[in-house]
Amino acid sequence: MVAKILALIIFLVMFLLIITEKIERQYVTLGCGAVMLVVVFGICMHSPEAILNTLNFHSIFTPDFWHATAEGGETTAGINWSTIIFIAGMMIMVEGMGKAGFFRWLCLKLAKMVDYKPVRIFIVFMLMSAFLSMFIDSITVILFLAAVTVELCQLLKCNPIPMILSEVFCANLGGSATMCGDPPNIIIGTSLHYAFIDFLTNTGVIAGISLIAAVIYFYACFHKELSGETGVKPEHLPDPKDAVTDKKLFGLSIAIFAVAVVLLVTHANTGLTVAFIGVLVAILTLIVHHAEIPDLLKKVDYKTLLFFIGLFIVVGGLEQTGVLVLIADGISYICGSNAKLVVAVILWISAIASAFVDNIPFAATMLPVVQTLSQLQGIELSVLAWALSMGTDIGGSATPIGASANVVGISVASREGYPIGWGKYCKYCAPATIMVVLISMVCIYVRYF
Amino acid sequence: MSDSQTIICIGREYGSGGHAIAEELAKRLGLKLYDHNILDEVALEKGVDPETLRKYDEKPHKLFLSRSVKGYHNSAEVNVAYMQFDYLKKKAAEGESFVVVGRCAEGIFEGNPGLISIFILGNRETKCERIMEKYHLTEQEALEKMRRHDEYRKRYHNNFCEDKWGDSRTYDICINSSLKGIAATTDILETYIRARMDDSGKN
Repeated sequence: MVAKILALIIFLVMFLLIITEKIERQYVTLGCGAVMLVVVFGICMHSPEAILNTLNFHSIFTPDFWHATAEGGETTAGINWSTIIFIAGMMIMVEGMGKAGFFRWLCLKLAKMVDYKPVRIFIVFMLMSAFLSMFIDSITVILFLAAVTVELCQLLKCNPIPMILSEVFCANLGGSATMCGDPPNIIIGTSLHYAFIDFLTNTGVIAGISLIAAVIYFYACFHKELSGETGVKPEHLPDPKDAVTDKKLFGLSIAIFAVAVVLLVTHANTGLTVAFIGVLVAILTLIVHHAEIPDLLKKVDYKTLLFFIGLFIVVGGLEQTGVLVLIADGISYICGSNAKLVVAVILWISAIASAFVDNIPFAATMLPVVQTLSQLQGIELSVLAWALSMGTDIGGSATPIGASANVVGISVASREGYPIGWGKYCKYCAPATIMVVLISMVCIYVRYF
Repeated sequence: MSDSQTIICIGREYGSGGHAIAEELAKRLGLKLYDHNILDEVALEKGVDPETLRKYDEKPHKLFLSRSVKGYHNSAEVNVAYMQFDYLKKKAAEGESFVVVGRCAEGIFEGNPGLISIFILGNRETKCERIMEKYHLTEQEALEKMRRHDEYRKRYHNNFCEDKWGDSRTYDICINSSLKGIAATTDILETYIRARMDDSGKN
């Protein structure tokens, strides 16, 4: 009981410290993780085995970690090294693509293809934001997209805020469609051994339907503001060709991205795990950009990777001490045997929580809870996993602080003289979030019940 | 930065007359004054309305409504502050000498050999009278306005700077403008600044 209480206190302290941002978040999770290992596992539980299970180093040295020979079981305990290695690999690949000018080229190319008409740019950028976020982290997507959006809007003399709000929303939506689109999905996918195609055919379908609704919604909100002739001649606008820094590197970067997409889509058939794919694309990128290896490695966001490691230890503590089973019992007690109600609770609680707190720790915490709920209630685990995925991925769109992409998009706009406060953000994005969560709920009910 | 550069950073309590002193010092020393006018310049550069930025000027961000990701911040207050910091840094990098009011300037230019940091405080009664007269307020209203603004300034400053707002160790000189009045305080500060500039062979 003491171990349970201490684990819960450590977890709550960690969450509070993450929110207050007084200490960098990777130090918070690593510090809390260390306390969890020493105090809870060491002093309270006297369990070196729990420490080793949570650190989970041995998993990296098993063949299944790199090539899945059969359907694996469900493993959520401890540090999810697959997630960390995959994210690190993708970071290197994305950095290489950015250096080659890929993102800026793509944005400008699309804008040129639609004759630089603001309403058309608005729609294609939404679609591009969703598509890219299916494979690349939404922070990178929005970082490039928002910068180009502001630049084009200043030249076209239109307000960039409608475009940035809709791009951010669609980036979060696109991220929910695939296993690698958003960190909660990577955690869910690697822990439950789901394949890329599993996400694409489940959350991907929901995200696709939601994307159509979101495009219509944002068009209805903003088309008047963006319509009208700009009177700017295309020759006065930036040329996509100028974005490409090195044609050879550019071509090779696109090829590596294509390899990553193909391997991810087919990994259920090939047996290659996401950790393997992450390492492979990182190595390919480093070979292609061999002159810039130190710079590329320096650009890896080690802080985020360390944040993940600490987070997994703390959540592992909650799991090993049985705190998460208590939460699952509580949800089970409230919902009785009503499976639809359980799904609704998971979906809406995830969405509401993710609107205000980081969805990564929330998803990592809730995953063992939904596993326990599945066993207790006899509900298909995948249904709860999709509800958790959609809730955590989409809920973050409701507020300016709900998801990383929102923060980055708002920041880029603000630094260019277009501040976006809570009122303006929530006026447009909160209703859209509610709409998409409702669509998700209806889709899950119709398809799985 | 050039050897002859002087950057005078003036922090102030609300109602202490710090802004008026900064204006007069800038005039006497022949330096440009940067205060809320930075936003006008920034807005002009960006082609936006300065009024949309002004409401976030020198305001603290709301802790539980803010989040940062990889150096990006959703808070408009923080982003407007960074726009001003960038502007000041650009001016300093161009070798310009200037007087700047507030905006964490002594923190931004910490380590700059041309930095002279000043904090102007005042007696509560004198500051209150000044605010009542300037804004035609009752004593109660003036005290409330003073408390609110000083709280904002403190939180704003301490969010961006290591050193604390109003702490004597943060500044080269702290002076109470209520004791000798605005004009005499300006004279004292001018003498101090010129002495510092003489030390550096800048005058």
